[in-house]
Amino acid sequence: MKIYSYIILMAVTTYLIRMLPLTLFQKPIKSRFINSFLYYVPYTCLTVMTIPAIFYSTGSPISAVIGFFVAVALGLRGKSLPVVAAAACAAVFIAERLI
Amino acid sequence: MDRKDFINGAKDSIAIVVGYFSVSFTFGIAAARAGISPLTATLMSLANVTSAGQFAGLNLIVAQSSYIEMILTQLVINLRYALMSLSLSQRLDSGATTPKRMLIAFANTDEIFAVSSVRPERVSPSYMAGLEIFPVISWASGTLFGAIANGLLPVSVSSALGIALYGMFVAIVMPVARVRRNVTFAVIIGAALSAAFYYLPVLNSVSAGFRIIICTIAASALAAWLFPVPDPNRGDQE
Repeated sequence: MKIYSYIILMAVTTYLIRMLPLTLFQKPIKSRFINSFLYYVPYTCLTVMTIPAIFYSTGSPISAVIGFFVAVALGLRGKSLPVVAAAACAAVFIAERLI
Repeated sequence: MDRKDFINGAKDSIAIVVGYFSVSFTFGIAAARAGISPLTATLMSLANVTSAGQFAGLNLIVAQSSYIEMILTQLVINLRYALMSLSLSQRLDSGATTPKRMLIAFANTDEIFAVSSVRPERVSPSYMAGLEIFPVISWASGTLFGAIANGLLPVSVSSALGIALYGMFVAIVMPVARVRRNVTFAVIIGAALSAAFYYLPVLNSVSAGFRIIICTIAASALAAWLFPVPDPNRGDQE
């Protein structure tokens, strides 16, 4: 079955991408620049994945922008992840009923 | 296996478990519409544990693309995981042997990485096990339910659920960006670059996978150059 060949190729490629850096770079990195770089990666990477994709993640950009601002407002207040995620969904749901 | 660490990891994964179920549910629906059986779709989720890669893979399967094209697509879309694994590699504690690292790598997704990276101290393999196992189960079972329920979920609900994972990302970044000016800077640069690559002509011909990699590297490198961090592996320094 061809589909299983596709799935195996996908899985192996994705796994190697994740596994090699975790096993090959086990020793602490000394370079201050690289350490600083890696410190910023989570924040920049999450931001890049969110902007602008979040604006197209729902039925309409308008509801998505409302959901985005709700998430930012609650995130700035330090609300927990499930609360922020649920509030953003609720805001989108309500906004789409009103539009 | 440290039980306390495992439970802490499991607790931290609750939002991911919920988010994954809704996203993989939509993946299951998409797979069913593409004519893939529920069990095969579930196998796909269990073997890959990656949203963007799987959605792209699904398109290639439908189009009967070449194997090379499949490998290259996965490589480009998922190359960001190499950056995340490199970052995570520096934050695992001394209990992380090579075999354990090979297991942890399997489910180092955007969200798992995000949650593990905001832990103040180094993370143990037990914590990672607790953090990873339930989202993987959720990811696979959501796919199964979605493929079976294909079309049962009202559009209004699936539309609202679409924003869930992004809401989580925002919740991870915002509290830190608010109190640390260097992170604020990095985040604004990242957002500006990403928007530029998305909207501006020429730049927007770059694929989504490369856009994420290029913008992440550029924003992080600029921030690291302008605002070096004393010792990032000590965790959050105030």
